[in-house]
Amino acid sequence: MTAAPLFQLRGFGLRYPGQGRPALTGIELDLAQGERLALIGPSGSGKSTLARAIAGLSPPASTPEGGILWPGGPMRAGRDIGFVFQDPGGSLNPLLTIGAHLLEVLHRHGQLSRKAALARAEALLDQVHLPDPCAALQAYPHQFSGGQRQRIAIALAIAAGPRLLIADEATSALDTLVQAEIVALLRDLTGAAGMALIFVTHDIALAAGLADRIAVLEAGRLVDCGPAARVIATPQAAQTLALLAAHLDLASPRLVGDRP
Amino acid sequence: MSLLTVEGLRKTHPGARGGIALDDLSLTLAPGETLGLVGPSGCGKSSLARVLLRLDRPDAGSIRFEGQDWLALQGGALRRARGRMQMVFQDPGAAFHPRATVAGALADALRLHVPAPRKDWPGLIAARLDQVGLAPDLAPHPVATLSGGQRQRLAIARALVPNPKLIVLDEAVSALDTVTRGQILALLVRLQRQLGLALLVISHDLAVVRAVSHRIAVMQAGRIVETGPADQVLDRPQSEIARRLIAAVPQLPRTGDPP
Ligand SMILES: Nc1ncnc2c1ncn2[C@@H]1O[C@H](COP(=O)(O)OP(=O)(O)OP(=O)(O)O)[C@@H](O)[C@H]1O
Ligand SMILES: Nc1ncnc2c1ncn2[C@@H]1O[C@H](COP(=O)(O)OP(=O)(O)OP(=O)(O)O)[C@@H](O)[C@H]1O
Ligand SMILES: [Mg+2]
Ligand SMILES: [Mg+2]
Repeated sequence: MTAAPLFQLRGFGLRYPGQGRPALTGIELDLAQGERLALIGPSGSGKSTLARAIAGLSPPASTPEGGILWPGGPMRAGRDIGFVFQDPGGSLNPLLTIGAHLLEVLHRHGQLSRKAALARAEALLDQVHLPDPCAALQAYPHQFSGGQRQRIAIALAIAAGPRLLIADEATSALDTLVQAEIVALLRDLTGAAGMALIFVTHDIALAAGLADRIAVLEAGRLVDCGPAARVIATPQAAQTLALLAAHLDLASPRLVGDRP
Repeated sequence: MSLLTVEGLRKTHPGARGGIALDDLSLTLAPGETLGLVGPSGCGKSSLARVLLRLDRPDAGSIRFEGQDWLALQGGALRRARGRMQMVFQDPGAAFHPRATVAGALADALRLHVPAPRKDWPGLIAARLDQVGLAPDLAPHPVATLSGGQRQRLAIARALVPNPKLIVLDEAVSALDTVTRGQILALLVRLQRQLGLALLVISHDLAVVRAVSHRIAVMQAGRIVETGPADQVLDRPQSEIARRLIAAVPQLPRTGDPP
């Protein structure tokens, strides 16, 4: 990657109040413009903590350590950084229609007329393959399935045209077909439009197919990081090996037979 | 004899967008059997789960569970019967009261379902924790301090309290890393054998469904379009939707593949 780095984490750490050990320690990580980075690691290893910290969304009571440098100027969550939370409910207000959510973001960041903003909102829902986008604008979050809410959260996160999208388990509730379509959309946004992507996932095969680089976290430390193909083919950390060994595919041994 | 027989379920959600979530849906589940339920996002899987668990009424259709007319149960009879069919959902955090402790979460289930004197509760709670591989000394800890995998074990322990015959799992392992997920799947299969539990496993992860299911049902637009033994459905899918879902499963590059 020759592009200038978007951010540089230097000796970065973070401690939550009342926790014995820090949730993150000694993280050294750069991200280039337009780069796709997958973040993997066991539950509780600090993936969401790191994702939130980069977006400036850490809880106020937490104490950071080291620093994040932004060579091209600081970036703000909402405008420059789009964020899809692990819990899709977290980004949606139950009292607002989907249209109101999207119009709010579009108005905050652009000078679109109401009509143009509505058209843009509908186009965004279409981009994330939500069925019947026009009717969806009038509906409330609880009227959608889990996977549909996840797609709405993705549409909201890309609405302002961010330079960095951070997606925390954003496709874990999607069927394989929609997942492939969202992955294609993320490729488009990162390729032509130059958006950078941090993709937190438990699905190593998905990470390998989408990301330029894979970073592996274990207990708050970065234990492996490199080109996706290298990390998969020659893992350098025991943690990467363990996650790979437990990967299931359609040829893995079954745990039961055809009858009880 | 089947444990669960669902016939002709229909459900239309109200509202302007109100689409058909269940459309003449039928399926059966034998005692001790795991049925995997797969299908595209929005096809009605969670709607079916909610109807089965009596959280939502269908517009039409019938459900027989353990020989009872499940949709006719009311009041006290329904409260007692609810324990026989339990659920575990995806988000292990949202499933518990934000300030609940591990013991408190299980005590709530005991109060609801088990007529045991209070002095027996600590022992019952310790036994349930042990059953799902959680250390009994976790009992006083807040649920919020547990890892995702520990919380999902606790959700399973809580579901086991009323001695259910069927547990419905809606994307219950999709928020877990591969190592933890493997442990939870092994736990489910072990409990199934020990307790003769039937499981309805709803998941988008076809590899997970294949690993734990005896049979798989494929759902599309509110209907079951295909069902059969797990390997048969995944190796020789009959429906177009199953073929397409299977073809889109992400694959790890094999060593030796060009990067
Ligand atoms: N708001 C918070 N307050 C206190 N501790 C927290 C908070 N959020 C996370 N933690 C703790 O920090 C550690 C890292 O959690 P984090 O959510 O970042 O892990 P993760 O890798 O995203 O896990 P998962 O795969 O389960 O989503 C865990 O020990 C967790 O309990
Ligand atoms: N309360 C509601 N009001 C209106 N429509 C609803 C409501 N709940 C669900 N729906 C619609 O019913 C259909 C079935 O939803 P359901 O949640 O059962 O799907 P699902 O198969 O579980 O999807 P996913 O895989 O995304 O979780 C969807 O089209 C959804 O938008
Ligand atoms: Mg997380
Ligand atoms: Mg669902």
